[in-house]
Amino acid sequence: MQLARVVGTVVSTRKDEKMVGVPFMVLRDLDLENQLSGGSIIAADPMGVDRGEVVLYSKGSSARQTEMTRDRPNDAVILGVVDQWEVGGVEKYHKFKTITPKKSPK
Amino acid sequence: MNLGKVIGTVVSSKKVESLVGVKLLIVQPLDEDLNPSGAPVVACDSQQAGPGQIVTYIGGREASLPLPDPFNPSDATITSIVDEVD
Repeated sequence: MQLARVVGTVVSTRKDEKMVGVPFMVLRDLDLENQLSGGSIIAADPMGVDRGEVVLYSKGSSARQTEMTRDRPNDAVILGVVDQWEVGGVEKYHKFKTITPKKSPK
Repeated sequence: MNLGKVIGTVVSSKKVESLVGVKLLIVQPLDEDLNPSGAPVVACDSQQAGPGQIVTYIGGREASLPLPDPFNPSDATITSIVDEVD
């Protein structure tokens, strides 16, 4: 799984019949300093996440293993909303706190 | 399977039902000399691993199999804690 931030939504009226009713979100991966990195990915959203939230998503055939995406043509799914994460005992993100990184990114 | 080192933890209270109660750890993939290789991933834990430990983890669809509810969307799961790499 990867940590990512929800940066947008995708609206699609004409789509594969099996994907009708599945909301799509635009995600950007996060690096170990909680900064956006890499490209964007579109993931199915079975739980109703909000823009700006940090989420976990899963890629590949594992992404079909939720009730909403079972047997559907889908290869990325959001599986959880992240409350907090830390690396080496240093908190990098907390949903209800603003964390200032010790080293400011250039 | 890949070698990795547990470097952190993730807390998520709102998640898909099949992963409720499953511990989430941040794992840095390692090469055979135990040097970091590639970007960290978040893995489910089926072995009670902890920060600092060297572990093996599996990726892909098979990663759902070791967990209590096998119909879950995990694409990385820790399957063993490493004692020695020779």
